[in-house]
Amino acid sequence: MTDVFVNNKFSGTINDPKEFVERIISERRMGKLPISANVTYFEDLNEVHVETCSGRAIRPLIVVKDGKSTLTDKYIEQLEKNEITWSDLLKQGVIEYLDTLEEESTLVAFREEDLTAEHTHLEIAPITIFGLATSLVPFGNFNHGVRLNQGSKNQKQAIGFYVSNFFTRLDMDVNLLHYPQRPIAETIMHSTLEFNKHPTGQNVVVAIMSYQGYNMEDAIVINKGSIDRGLARSTYYRPVISEELRYSGGLIDEIGIPDKEVKGYRSEHDYRYLEEDGIIFPEAKVTEGDVIIGKTSPPRFLSSMDEYNLTTSSRRESSMVLKHGEIGVVDFVVVTENSEGNKLIQVRLRDNRIPEIGDKFTSRHGQKGVISYVVPEQDVPFTADGIKPDIIFSPHGIPSRMTVSHLIELIGGKVGALSGRYIDGTIFDSEKEEDLRQELLKLGFRENGTEVLYNGITGEQYPVQIFIGDMYYLKLKHMVANKIHSRARGPIQLLTRQPTEGRAKEGGLRLGEMEKDTFVAHGASLLLKERFDSDKTIVPVCENCGIIAVYDGRKERSFCPICGDEVEISNVEVSYAFKLMLDEFKSLLVYPKLVLEGKY
Amino acid sequence: MKLFKEFEDKLPENILEEVKANLPDKCSESRTRKILEAVYKEYKSSVADPGENVGLVGAESIGEPGTQMTLNTFHFAGVSEMNVTTGLPRLIEILDARKTIKTEITEIFLKKPYNEGKDIKEIAESLKETLFRSFLKEISINIASLQMTIELDEQKIKNAKLTPIKITKILEKSVKSFKFQLEKDKPIINVKSSSKDIALNEIYKLKESIKDIFVTGIKGIKQVLPVKRGSEFMIVTAGTNLKEILKLDFIDTCRTTSNNLYEIEKLFGIEAVRQAIMNEVMKVLDAQGIDIDMRHIMLVSDTMCMSGRLLGINRYGIVKEKPSVLARASFETPIKHIINASLRGEVDSLNSVIENVMLNQPIPVGTGLPGLVTKVK
Repeated sequence: MTDVFVNNKFSGTINDPKEFVERIISERRMGKLPISANVTYFEDLNEVHVETCSGRAIRPLIVVKDGKSTLTDKYIEQLEKNEITWSDLLKQGVIEYLDTLEEESTLVAFREEDLTAEHTHLEIAPITIFGLATSLVPFGNFNHGVRLNQGSKNQKQAIGFYVSNFFTRLDMDVNLLHYPQRPIAETIMHSTLEFNKHPTGQNVVVAIMSYQGYNMEDAIVINKGSIDRGLARSTYYRPVISEELRYSGGLIDEIGIPDKEVKGYRSEHDYRYLEEDGIIFPEAKVTEGDVIIGKTSPPRFLSSMDEYNLTTSSRRESSMVLKHGEIGVVDFVVVTENSEGNKLIQVRLRDNRIPEIGDKFTSRHGQKGVISYVVPEQDVPFTADGIKPDIIFSPHGIPSRMTVSHLIELIGGKVGALSGRYIDGTIFDSEKEEDLRQELLKLGFRENGTEVLYNGITGEQYPVQIFIGDMYYLKLKHMVANKIHSRARGPIQLLTRQPTEGRAKEGGLRLGEMEKDTFVAHGASLLLKERFDSDKTIVPVCENCGIIAVYDGRKERSFCPICGDEVEISNVEVSYAFKLMLDEFKSLLVYPKLVLEGKY
Repeated sequence: MKLFKEFEDKLPENILEEVKANLPDKCSESRTRKILEAVYKEYKSSVADPGENVGLVGAESIGEPGTQMTLNTFHFAGVSEMNVTTGLPRLIEILDARKTIKTEITEIFLKKPYNEGKDIKEIAESLKETLFRSFLKEISINIASLQMTIELDEQKIKNAKLTPIKITKILEKSVKSFKFQLEKDKPIINVKSSSKDIALNEIYKLKESIKDIFVTGIKGIKQVLPVKRGSEFMIVTAGTNLKEILKLDFIDTCRTTSNNLYEIEKLFGIEAVRQAIMNEVMKVLDAQGIDIDMRHIMLVSDTMCMSGRLLGINRYGIVKEKPSVLARASFETPIKHIINASLRGEVDSLNSVIENVMLNQPIPVGTGLPGLVTKVK
């Protein structure tokens, strides 16, 4: 007697579990049961589990009968002629989906040649053990698994041609690569995904060598000539959105050039690009502080009197303004309405991004790096044929990471570029490295991919041969233009008088608790004090009661609110945060009495 | 040797001893002087400068490598070793001076014939805490006559070198309200209440409580493991009861110790704890392959023992002892400290680092330490 569980609920017993399981499987293959139903027999527990619920990971495999794949040439022929489809194969039991449990009772062959009589299933293609992004890494089976993973992660951040109707779309934070190219070294997944319709990178000439130490620590050196010819240029699109909101009491925002009486009016200069409707005109070149959409809002708190006195002067400014560090060109303006029927303005800004020092690039093998130097074209090393690399990649990135696929792609790309064809780098089924080398030899190059290079500055021949070839390089969406930030002085927070935080608010960089400890450990007492001086204040303190006194600016003297002005009051320099803490103590009815003492 | 006298005031005794021991056999006087002078120079350079923030440097020197420690060590299934807390959890346990630690361990060193392996298994077994439940075969209750019969496991009693009579006596001693009677030639004990009217649930209660009656061994020793370390046999136990263990005559009392700091404090005093903290911390760090200068750990150990009691490095321990209100408030539970300070009218004289950072005043360490000798008025 064997217990049968359906979706982990006991539902009965049977006598012959093996026959039972076989019947379920054969009925599923005949199409009488849903394809996602799976069954497993646990011999040690003497239980049969049938699973039909959602949420299980299932994967397709080719059914094998008597050591032979049921996907015969006949089916393949029909598939090629488009006479049958995937679902026909499922219906005929040629392909079935297994879940993790049923997989335990099978023996899956990796390739058709490996099939023996014991095998029950055959992998559709070896590449199916990888995910979509990972199978886009050419020659990936030569790599360490970690690098493969990182390579696919990097590919997701690449700038490319994400949709072809981008011109009419208003997406947040979009990057578009100019002149995207189809990779020379491809995998089968590239054609399956129609990658050439939305490519993400460009084929560049890469030399693996050091360049005056500029490419240490994963940095890459890029040829200025290539950039000037348009390599890795991209456009950055960002929308600015504003809508007329309705408030209680029938009040509403108003989009338009704000009246000069409005609270918080900026300078006329800031509104200069606005047309009569309060919206900026296309092709206006804007920088930080410029108003994109002019808007005024009703006052925040309405007293009963104000309702009869809704003049412009009581309204406040609420325009959309470009924040600190942002620049661009107005590309496109949409005037529409939102779901509540209120006026909605969307303005798309565009910014042309030319590669610069600090922009991030990667190959498809987890070899990411930032530009550290843009070499003037005349200084770039060149081969005997006059080929100059677009990118110079550091050789130190290779040995410890063991990204062999990076090197093979370089040779493959070179062969592909020279012979004018695409190289198949499908994982586990790629073109043989040896064949690529032989082809390179036939094309009149050294079979190992190296060439003699000449120093671009002195014209001298380098004493070693340099590994040089073509690779597919991706520009990643992390660009310095979005991140660069510095501050010497600037805005402070209202409450604590300490500097604001964050790039958008032109903030400072926090010297935190642990960083403070390093100053203390060095005994740099006065330097520490100076570093924390950003919120220092001078407060008058009553020496009688020890409470912070008040400075009367008109009389130019201080007095104590408790003891009057007949007491001695001294000025003390403390951090504003401390003064604030004393105030908070007082609000808690704790009396913080300061006892003053001579400094020396 | 005259030379050594000369350096007696300059160098500590143990360093002089070390130099003496490591001196080459035939060493001329001038060379010895050179060596001693080099040692003196090295010694001077390792002394902390006035105003040097040794505590913070120590904290950073322990804290930074601490981030590299593996959080939990793996358990080795099937290996006959005891599972000991190591790594970061153990380090935190030591420095916090936890009252109850995760795995208490006693390392028992043995006297002469036993440390060569004599009767090691028997000795180890005799230390193990044994409860009445391990001699039980069956307990049955007669509801009608309100009687309980206990059947004992004779083989186990024999192994523990006991007799059913002895066990009955132990039971009689620990349970006063019931009478225990051993049947003749049978390992069966009949239990009857001494008073006549008794509720049934009392017998049921007894049935459970009787299982936990301590019979033999040493209380608190949950597990014993005889091991061979080097050429010597010793016993490692899980659970500690040093006080009882040290009474045994076959034990090397000089080296036997446990990893429970509070037990050491109670038995041996604060100086022993100071050393024990250093030993235990070093044990953890060595196991992780982390090299920290001993002096940092000595400082931590000294700080924990400075008050004469063992204090942890947390808000109940050394932080509580800080004189400054603001320093305590800046660590943890600020409201508690400020309210209490206001109730007592505490005065903060701003003598240490953190208060002065809060007030944006120069901190009294390093370059901020020197001041004028003369008062300006």
